[in-house]
Amino acid sequence: MPETPLLLDRADLDRMIGILSERGYQVVGPTVREQEHIISYGDVGSTDDFPVGLTDEQEAATYRLVDRGDGRLFGYAVGATSPMSYLQPSDAVVWAGRRTGKGFETVEPPDPPRYAFVGVRPCELAAIAIEDEVFLGTGSQCPTYATLRQKAFLVSVDCTEPGGTCFCASMGTGPGATSGYDIALIEVLDDEGHAFIARAGTEEGAAVLAELGAAPAGEERAAAASQAVEEAAGKMGRSLDTEGLRDTLAASLSDPIWDELAATCLTCANCTMVCPTCFCAAVENRTNLDATEAERVRRWDSCFNFEFSYIHGGSLRPSASARYRQWMTHKLSSWVDQFGMYGCVGCGRCITWCPVGIDITANAAAVRARMEEAAHV
Amino acid sequence: MTAGLPKLAVHKFASCDGCQLSLLDCEDALLDVVGAIQIANFPEASREVLDGPYDLTLIEGAVSAPGDIERLQEIRAESKFLVSIGACATAGGIQALRNTRDVDEFTRYVYASPEYIDTLDKATAVADHVKVDLELRGCPISKHQLIETVIAFLNGRAPIIPTYSVCMECKRNGNTCVMVAHGVGCLGPVTQAGCGAICPSFHRGCYGCFGPMESPNTAALGERWLELGIDREVIRDQYHFFNSWADAFREAGEAYAASE
Ligand code: SF4
Ligand code: SF4
Ligand code: SF4
Repeated sequence: MPETPLLLDRADLDRMIGILSERGYQVVGPTVREQEHIISYGDVGSTDDFPVGLTDEQEAATYRLVDRGDGRLFGYAVGATSPMSYLQPSDAVVWAGRRTGKGFETVEPPDPPRYAFVGVRPCELAAIAIEDEVFLGTGSQCPTYATLRQKAFLVSVDCTEPGGTCFCASMGTGPGATSGYDIALIEVLDDEGHAFIARAGTEEGAAVLAELGAAPAGEERAAAASQAVEEAAGKMGRSLDTEGLRDTLAASLSDPIWDELAATCLTCANCTMVCPTCFCAAVENRTNLDATEAERVRRWDSCFNFEFSYIHGGSLRPSASARYRQWMTHKLSSWVDQFGMYGCVGCGRCITWCPVGIDITANAAAVRARMEEAAHV
Repeated sequence: MTAGLPKLAVHKFASCDGCQLSLLDCEDALLDVVGAIQIANFPEASREVLDGPYDLTLIEGAVSAPGDIERLQEIRAESKFLVSIGACATAGGIQALRNTRDVDEFTRYVYASPEYIDTLDKATAVADHVKVDLELRGCPISKHQLIETVIAFLNGRAPIIPTYSVCMECKRNGNTCVMVAHGVGCLGPVTQAGCGAICPSFHRGCYGCFGPMESPNTAALGERWLELGIDREVIRDQYHFFNSWADAFREAGEAYAASE
């Protein structure tokens, strides 16, 4: 859908939020959690709810929110959470029932919300595309994901100032959005003022923009905005060489390097909890005291947990090293075999939010170096 | 009315009563519990004591005084399913802080007439002395875990008591990591889940009330705390707190005490 880029201002964005809620969406976007000093997805009623004039400084095991001194709404890299918290929520009830005399009846779940995400990053769009393949692709379908996902409306905002742990340019998932959005925005703050260059990606996206009655953006301004996004590719805080990475990691499984890399791993599972592509869940069956009501719940789980790979007699991955290796080689190697793509979009969250700062890019490079060394002896 | 229902017994050793009071604190759920189970021996709740054997026995408190071990063995003998509850019963609790000190010296300092004090020199876990079927951690225990245990017991299924880190609950709650965002020391990564990540939910570091998680890397966490500028003795004291006598925390605290 090659639409002419349109020009919006902040007031238009406020109207867009209004239009989306009138269309029955719960509008969700990056918000500031004041007490905690972080940016995270939350309900958005107007552009005042966005992280106005704030940016994030991210490094391994460190996140700080600082003032930018300007009025940008999206002048940060990525928040602590991703749309995954909404599209694959923890503790989702997949079935519920209650006793009726000698039999039982199914309790129908309430209608799932329709989310409109405003301010989704290109890496997050890519993560949603990965989850689409996982949950709606050729394998079995996940109805919980399908109902939430298929109703979602996505407004992306390209990145012009990547963060210290970002490496989407290496993964080919950013800094600009290429597909998967209903509307794509680029935020511009130049001599002419504060504006957004908007493109529709779907019919519904085009309809929302039409309702706003926005004027076309000047060619030069639109070109300068795209240029800024392209330049952002050279400003990534991290990089990851993906050349032959699937094979390199697949060949490394019994190398002792994994013990070294995992020596400081806490097996705390934070990396999997923040990753926008990590999808593993445990299925728990719950009952009330007299077993008149029962429900089956899908709850976030992690390959770092002992019980995750527990089968009769023990866990398949008792050591931290085996668990860390499982996680990293799934993201960057066996995911390719399973789904034909990498399972990492380079958002950097696992690096930032690991309490001890374990870095997937550094460790991929370390494994590569070790395997190259081994090939030369 | 209650005859034929499974019999519940609740016993106390050296402890503050907080964990068994969690059962009374279950409010609505307690009324259902009363309807589904017969409270046969629970002095905190009812004066009536029925004879054993008991189907489900909860034990609070550490083994701490002479005679405790014999009493424990008697309880074990009349209990079908025995659950130790709380940091005291599962790891010796706060009073295990004396385990590495001179108890005689303590009693001389603390009591006006130390000759009346008759105590073992170590406070230890129930499982150190008798077979325990399930341990519920925490100081105090989580009432949700307690109810889950009773529900699972009544319905003949395994209770869902995860042994992974507090971080799992913290992230599921949507909390912000206090270590990463605020540079605050948190024991969550090495502590077993169950509390619902209460302290990080209020922007504080975890104190480790639920004891060591399944694969605690206490050394790596301690090193990170040092990088955050936390003193060695603070790290030692944090490991040697509610669960100082749990192996992993005892050793971790000793490591920071020794290399000062
Ligand atoms: S593995 Fe790390 S960098 Fe890659 S998508 Fe997951 S959280 Fe982001
Ligand atoms: S890599 Fe980091 S976040 Fe992930 S389990 Fe290990 S210590 Fe926790
Ligand atoms: S605040 Fe503590 S419990 Fe929560 S994720 Fe961070 S380290 Fe884990």
